[in-house]
Amino acid sequence: MFESILITIATAATPLLIASIGELVVERSGVLNLGVEGMMVMGAVTGFGVTLATGSPWLGIFAAIAVGALFSLLFGFLTLTLVTNQVATGLALTLLGLGLSGMLGEGFVGQPGIKLGNLDIPFLSDLPVIGRLIFGQDPVFYLSILLTVGVAWFLFRTRAGLTLRSVGDNHGSAHALGINVIGIRYLAVMFGGACAGLAGAYLSLVYTPQWIENMTAGRGWIALALVVFASWRPWRVLAGAYLFGAVSIGQLHAQALGIGVPSQLLSSLPYLATIVVLVLISRNRRLTMVNTPASLGRPFVPDR
Amino acid sequence: MRIELVKRPQQSALFSALSPFIALGLTLIAGAIMFSLLGKNPAEALYYYFIDPLTGLWDENNRWQLHELAVKAAPLILIAVGLSVCFLSNNWNIGAEGQFTIGAIVGSILPVMYPDLQSWIVLPLMLLMGMIGGAAYASVPAYLKARFNTNEILTSLMLVYVAQLFLDWLVRGPWRNPGGMNFPETRNFHEYAILPEILPASGRAHWGFAFALIAAVAAWFMLSRTLRGFEVKVLGQSPRAGRFAGFSASKMVFFAFIVSGALAGLAGISEVSGAIGQLRPTISPGYGFAAIIVAFLGRLNPLGIVAAGLVLALSYLGGEAAQISIGVSDKVVRAFQGMILFFVLACDTLIHYRVRFVGTPAVKAAEVSQNV
Amino acid sequence: MKSKILSFAAAAAVLSLGTMAAEAATKACYIYVGPIGDFGWSYQHHQGLEQMKAELGDQVETAYLESVPEGADAERAIERFARSGCNIIFTTSFGYMDPTNKVAGKFPDVKFEHATGYKRDHPNVATYNSKFHEGRYVQGVIAAKMSKAGVAGYIASFPIPEVVMGINSFVLGAQSINPDFKLKVVWANTWFDPGKEADAAKALIDQGVDIITQHTDSTAPMQVATERGIKAFGQASDMIKFGPETQLTSIVDNWGPYYTERVKAVIDGTWKQHDVWGGMKEGHVVMAPYANMPDDVKKLAEETEAKIKSGEFNPFTGPIKKQDGSEWLKDGEVAEDGVLLGMNFYVQGVDDRLPK
Repeated sequence: MFESILITIATAATPLLIASIGELVVERSGVLNLGVEGMMVMGAVTGFGVTLATGSPWLGIFAAIAVGALFSLLFGFLTLTLVTNQVATGLALTLLGLGLSGMLGEGFVGQPGIKLGNLDIPFLSDLPVIGRLIFGQDPVFYLSILLTVGVAWFLFRTRAGLTLRSVGDNHGSAHALGINVIGIRYLAVMFGGACAGLAGAYLSLVYTPQWIENMTAGRGWIALALVVFASWRPWRVLAGAYLFGAVSIGQLHAQALGIGVPSQLLSSLPYLATIVVLVLISRNRRLTMVNTPASLGRPFVPDR
Repeated sequence: MRIELVKRPQQSALFSALSPFIALGLTLIAGAIMFSLLGKNPAEALYYYFIDPLTGLWDENNRWQLHELAVKAAPLILIAVGLSVCFLSNNWNIGAEGQFTIGAIVGSILPVMYPDLQSWIVLPLMLLMGMIGGAAYASVPAYLKARFNTNEILTSLMLVYVAQLFLDWLVRGPWRNPGGMNFPETRNFHEYAILPEILPASGRAHWGFAFALIAAVAAWFMLSRTLRGFEVKVLGQSPRAGRFAGFSASKMVFFAFIVSGALAGLAGISEVSGAIGQLRPTISPGYGFAAIIVAFLGRLNPLGIVAAGLVLALSYLGGEAAQISIGVSDKVVRAFQGMILFFVLACDTLIHYRVRFVGTPAVKAAEVSQNV
Repeated sequence: MKSKILSFAAAAAVLSLGTMAAEAATKACYIYVGPIGDFGWSYQHHQGLEQMKAELGDQVETAYLESVPEGADAERAIERFARSGCNIIFTTSFGYMDPTNKVAGKFPDVKFEHATGYKRDHPNVATYNSKFHEGRYVQGVIAAKMSKAGVAGYIASFPIPEVVMGINSFVLGAQSINPDFKLKVVWANTWFDPGKEADAAKALIDQGVDIITQHTDSTAPMQVATERGIKAFGQASDMIKFGPETQLTSIVDNWGPYYTERVKAVIDGTWKQHDVWGGMKEGHVVMAPYANMPDDVKKLAEETEAKIKSGEFNPFTGPIKKQDGSEWLKDGEVAEDGVLLGMNFYVQGVDDRLPK
């Protein structure tokens, strides 16, 4: 039982983690894209549709990643080339995504999807308790961990990562040093879109293999919140996603045990817990200041 | 071909006025293409979308639609005006939806818990309590930001979910209508607790719309004509400069959040007492979030926000008219709404920047913008 | 720009003439609370519309609005329908109750049908609902026969009387076979969030239930049950496609016959106000084919269904005790509809405390 609860938590946390990691890179480059929900839901419908048409969940996943990236380009063009307001453009992207995905998915309603199979690592997955949790999960779970490791390494251990962060911290000086600020931001935005697309496909191919309108049900917003929660550090995003997943699943177990606390109070626990932990973290002023990208959300137009 | 922007030395007055119309033109073209692709008559679709809700301007029989426009726009404008103060001072309150909800709850205490208290004093008290409720709820993220440096985007957003669950618990539990077969809603408000309609003869627009206009004018005055407005903008643009000028950033955090929370709370209680008449599990179709768009569409100018609120409300009403008359689905309507917003936002770029197309013979476009 | 607006106006004038000419048909209009793509509540109402349309053909014209929020928007949507020439308007969610009655007062010539409510302030307002709990009783019987653990899991949406009634009916059905049968309840606090419903199903299974039933709309719990190799019941529509080896049966909301009957009444001029609570007998509640169970269980289920259908048996027949052990119904006593419609207490055997 303990093992399967952990797996349930991992499943709940994985889409949040993937979408957050993507958004983290976007925000580290100084761009705030509030359209995560819209990009996720586009990924979900694409992943489902392509899988249904081709019979291959892998193709579905790749298509979702591609569509997520393409969809984010729309945001990129508006905010980076035309320097529109990022907050408003991101919200509009969400509206557009929810509408478009509903249009595209009209024919998919009521059709069972194909689930992406688990990737059992022989022998190791038979270990007690942690065996299945660590070695018997779906492939995207491993990908989400790899993504976290990869992004952490990229941002803080590579030159390109340093460049990206410098763009997010002070786009003026980065530009003066000859860095292509807009180009880097475009890449970051597309990476964020690709991750959101993947997270969406995870919902419609692994979490609950089906398509229903608005099936993201607000997870894009939680993913956005987790980035702030993590003060823009990849490992804390991982911790935050699993914490959120654990509290969400925990409240359901508490209910099933029949403890008699109002379910609304239990349902609000994940949000309250997030606030409390964030307050505890952010009391260390210096730490948060260092990590917040100083140019976040600010428009940039190179002087010529 | 590449697009380059050149910052104008100052805002272009011409494009400030013209950009909404360019956006409208682009929207009409894109909309015509989209509706044609869907096999609908584009002229018909666009007529229902943009003209039909406004036919009340000259057609007596359709005047009710103007009222509906006011009903829909009132909360959007009220909230967005408050948010503009927040955003201008660099405080990112995205939890207006929660403040709206708590405002509605606190404002409803009298008619729900003390239904026998029936007097003219009830309504003003409700409005006041609604504002206090919204302001108090908004001061939570403000306090956390000022005291612990906690990011307000996250805390205000999380508190939205908490507020909604609290409302849910209230209307299903302690505040449930005793005569309502145990369904999740409070008792209906008595007549003294109902926000009156402005012109009951022709439609149901209530005084909430008037509050919205008053709030917009007051905020405009505050921002453009008073020292406090100057402080808001200075601290928003450069906290350092603000400190040198002797302004307190943490006091500003409270001021901005309390103003926007109070207006969101007022919107909440106005909606409940003016348009709904009781508390229910869902009282807002996401006004608090839509108002963020309105605030930016209005370029964070309270008077611009009035126009933006009306435009967004129009797109809801028009979308509904189009669904009924020509049978487009509500997904199309939402996608179209997203498109409108993109065009409006993109065209606003012209106000601050000249657009240049580099490396193509499209010199004409560049010339046009340079001649302006 | 001006000429463009003028040409739109001209086009619209032509169009409105066009619609006038075609106004011989009766117009039936529907307001849904969710998207018709929810594969649950709104989807089933829309299926009812389609069935009615197929049945009545050219005599009827239809229109619908989906995802209409309960609150200020509902009144506008209903009024818009009333003004656009609808002859009968179906408002299909509880939250539309007050707006429906308010608009009905303004348009006495238009008929209004409100689903699941109880207010009929004007003679042109009727209410209708279905006795879904009848199906829950049959499910309870099946669950007690099929469960090895003797405990089932129930994913509930919101504590409203209809949901509470369903939970009680399920337990009573199960206890008629196994008096010690237990039920665990999880409130998802949503009608519709596939991920959360899946999580709730997993949590229940991890706590030892081996049958899942739900009063939320998505097919996610069915898929989870399939994965974990246990049995489950569908909700609102036949979900067998989502669990070919999992679904025992499903309670299907079958609105088609009712919609056909009522729209036909408008066409014939015989429409009258009423309050209908139709169940299996009226064909409003239909059980999806019994599957994945031994023949004797199937036979028992069919017998139970037949008894309820014929009116011979009511699921809420005494002796029934409340959760706290106090007596609710005496031996042979049958619950009144009025009590059921406002039900806010559990019967004995539910392992949960009802939110007060």
